[in-house]
Amino acid sequence: MGHEHPAEHGHAALQHHFENMEQQREASTLGMWVFLVTEIMFFGGMFLAYTLYRSKYPEAFASASNHLDLKLGAINTVVLILSSFTMAMAVYSTQIGKRRNQIISLALTLLLGATFLGIKAVEYHQKYEDHLIPGRVVPSRPFDASGVHLLPGANPHNVEMFYWIYFAMTGMHAVHMIIGIGIISIILFWAIRGKYGPEYHNPVEVSGLYWHFVDIVWIFLFPLLYLLGRHLEH
Amino acid sequence: MSEHIVPVRVYLMIFLALMVGTALTIWAGLQDFPGPLNVVIALTIAVIKATLVVLYFMHVRYSSRLIWVIFASALFWMGILFALTFSDYWTRGWFQVH
Amino acid sequence: MKAMETFEAPKPARINYLNATYGLKSWLLTKDHKRIALLYLGSISFFFFIGGLYAMFIRLELLTPQGDLLQSTTYNKVFTQHGIIMVFFFLIPSIPATLGNFLVPMMIGAKDLAFPRINLLSWYIYLLGGLVTIYALLAGGIDTGWTFYTPFSTTFSNSYVIAAGLGIFINGFSSILTGLNFIVTIHTMRAPGMTWFRMPLFIWAHYATSLVMILGTPVIAITILLLAFERLAHVGIFDPAAGGDPVLFQHLFWFYSHPAVYIMVLPGMGVVSELIANFSRKNIFGYSFVAFSSLAIAVFGFLVWGHHLFVASQSVYAGMIFSFLSFAVAIPSAIKVFNWTATLYKASISYDTPMLYALGFIGLFTIGGMTGLFLASLAVDVHLSDTYFIVAHFHYIMVGGTLLAYLGGLHYWWPKITGRMYPEGWARFSALIVFVGFNLTFLPQFVLGYMGMPRRYHVYPPEFQVLHVLSTAGASILGFGLLIPLVYLIWSMRYGKIASANPWNLPGLEWQTSSPPPTENFELTPIVTWEAYEFAPPEETEVVGKFRDQPVEEV
Repeated sequence: MGHEHPAEHGHAALQHHFENMEQQREASTLGMWVFLVTEIMFFGGMFLAYTLYRSKYPEAFASASNHLDLKLGAINTVVLILSSFTMAMAVYSTQIGKRRNQIISLALTLLLGATFLGIKAVEYHQKYEDHLIPGRVVPSRPFDASGVHLLPGANPHNVEMFYWIYFAMTGMHAVHMIIGIGIISIILFWAIRGKYGPEYHNPVEVSGLYWHFVDIVWIFLFPLLYLLGRHLEH
Repeated sequence: MSEHIVPVRVYLMIFLALMVGTALTIWAGLQDFPGPLNVVIALTIAVIKATLVVLYFMHVRYSSRLIWVIFASALFWMGILFALTFSDYWTRGWFQVH
Repeated sequence: MKAMETFEAPKPARINYLNATYGLKSWLLTKDHKRIALLYLGSISFFFFIGGLYAMFIRLELLTPQGDLLQSTTYNKVFTQHGIIMVFFFLIPSIPATLGNFLVPMMIGAKDLAFPRINLLSWYIYLLGGLVTIYALLAGGIDTGWTFYTPFSTTFSNSYVIAAGLGIFINGFSSILTGLNFIVTIHTMRAPGMTWFRMPLFIWAHYATSLVMILGTPVIAITILLLAFERLAHVGIFDPAAGGDPVLFQHLFWFYSHPAVYIMVLPGMGVVSELIANFSRKNIFGYSFVAFSSLAIAVFGFLVWGHHLFVASQSVYAGMIFSFLSFAVAIPSAIKVFNWTATLYKASISYDTPMLYALGFIGLFTIGGMTGLFLASLAVDVHLSDTYFIVAHFHYIMVGGTLLAYLGGLHYWWPKITGRMYPEGWARFSALIVFVGFNLTFLPQFVLGYMGMPRRYHVYPPEFQVLHVLSTAGASILGFGLLIPLVYLIWSMRYGKIASANPWNLPGLEWQTSSPPPTENFELTPIVTWEAYEFAPPEETEVVGKFRDQPVEEV
């Protein structure tokens, strides 16, 4: 009863409880996908709140949305999608064994991710200056919607609701970006040390999955938060 | 599981499609379409962009059916959360107390 | 049915997972799923004890109609904390993190779970969450009810809401990582020949449980975060002043917390399937129906949360939908009960302690489940909501169900886990005490609820006192009954009769390796060619003596 697996024990990265690299790779990829399911449900709760209150207070939400910096939001969208491209290129380079391109692609992804966060920080600072941080998060600057042009029918209290949701959703997204930057930094560290190549590239692939997911969340956040009421302005 | 290597030109094409989609989203957002069309258009474009990322950047197009089922299930479950919650909010006004 | 013939009796291992390495670091930094299971066993027992202390205070206070033992705010904290500790730190992890961690790899012929380090991480996350929650308890406690309803929790409560919420939030990741590990392991690490429909029903149950953990826990995670943000910002999405709806919190909260009760009961059902099959020496009647019913419970469990909002100003039309779905979710559970019962018919039943717990589960879970149907009826729930009927209903399922299954499984697999047998006489005695004590505690509560006694009240009309006294008497007996296994199980680890590899003489894969097992579980990867619960007919067991060991001796 039972049998031994002769081959495949030699790979340095094979963990002892797996039979072979194929099983390890399959498990690792599946694990990341299952984790992404939890992330979808996590953000889902906030999308629910957004959808509910947007449908209840369309004018207030449109007014608040128009006050966001569309230019910065659009630039960030381009930056993030570009970083997804460079991440995909990092996986590709690893698969075909081009180490230099792999490292450059990973570094570019990191740079673009940091750029996104930098632009986000500028946006957040603008909100702070404009007294648009909700409630009494900043006790010295309580929320004040007077700087926001209100469309007919918009209630300033609901404007505050929009900004609460804006900060909750983009804030959570930013937290995930920071984690993603941490993960890719670690991958870059090991990539420089030559750990990944055509025969072992799953960690790069799996980190890419996480990064692409964070990109997808933003693909939805951008139109829902920034483009709500632009058509009403003209 | 396939060890499929997606060619660079596919990645490039998807990236360009995503850029076009982004530009389209912004343009459409500035136009005043009748009724709920603004939302519909914005969400449609977003869904298409997300689908491209999932299929090609995340390799689902080349992955096992299990991965596809897992991803679809997550979307379905989010759908459950939305549908049944809105079954409350959208029918609240139906019941009139006289 | 000759599948067992090719086995050789595993020799009792000199080196097993318990003694393979020594020292605190070898335990605290272990990657062995079996050791991690024991780490969980210890911590979960600790939290159960704390939750039990709070229960004791509740029952003591309710002996008299006046609020004489505790002040109202203190009483609010006591029942809140009882709920939080028991639900999040005992019931949800209990069977999956102890028995599941130990047995899932073994039952499918794997060397470990897919991600051993993540398994260890999940235990540390559990401890961290527990620590933060204990801080909240000691710093002043929390009085919102374990359900944290807004706007009391966001605006008016002066207790440690954020700290307790943070503890639960952190703990949620432990649950998610455990579920993730199980799903990936079951998909990718089954031994050759172990097809899905050859897996024990314990595995199916844990797979279904893991699905619920993955899909549900993130929603309560974000809900608690949003609650904390709102409390900090003094405004938020549940706040009517900003246009928010407090009931949105209830939707988001119960979207997880209802499926959570299936996280609590499904593993118990998995244990019961093992116990019923193995102690009747008969394949479970309708194996695939029972397997699919676990999945059905996991799926349907997500469709019913609105039955907690029937009287919360939810739309009556949504209420009707949720009511209908709540009736539907009872069907797969009923299928299990019918199939377990059919398994017992004309079976060769042995009334060892694990079987006693399994039989107790079937009866008590049925009562709990059927009273759930009363509550699923919209009109009836209007009267029974927030009464002791609800309290009795969920305790029948969580204590009469899950706790009994947990104890039954612990006893059943005790020889495998420790290499020692528990004392059967004491075990049967305490099972009986637990059963009597439990029913005396909670049966009167159905009557109390029906008569109108509200839950979470410590002051009540004098005509309710008799039933409350009975309930507290029962709780004392239950508490005593639960202390006995604590004593003899610990005793048995040192002085219990040494168990053989297969003391119950069963075909399961976990019994085909030594007790306790070696660190890598099996010396050689098994190749599975038999179905689950394939018992050799009696006339063959005389001949096929290769793998059999002596039966368990009576104490």
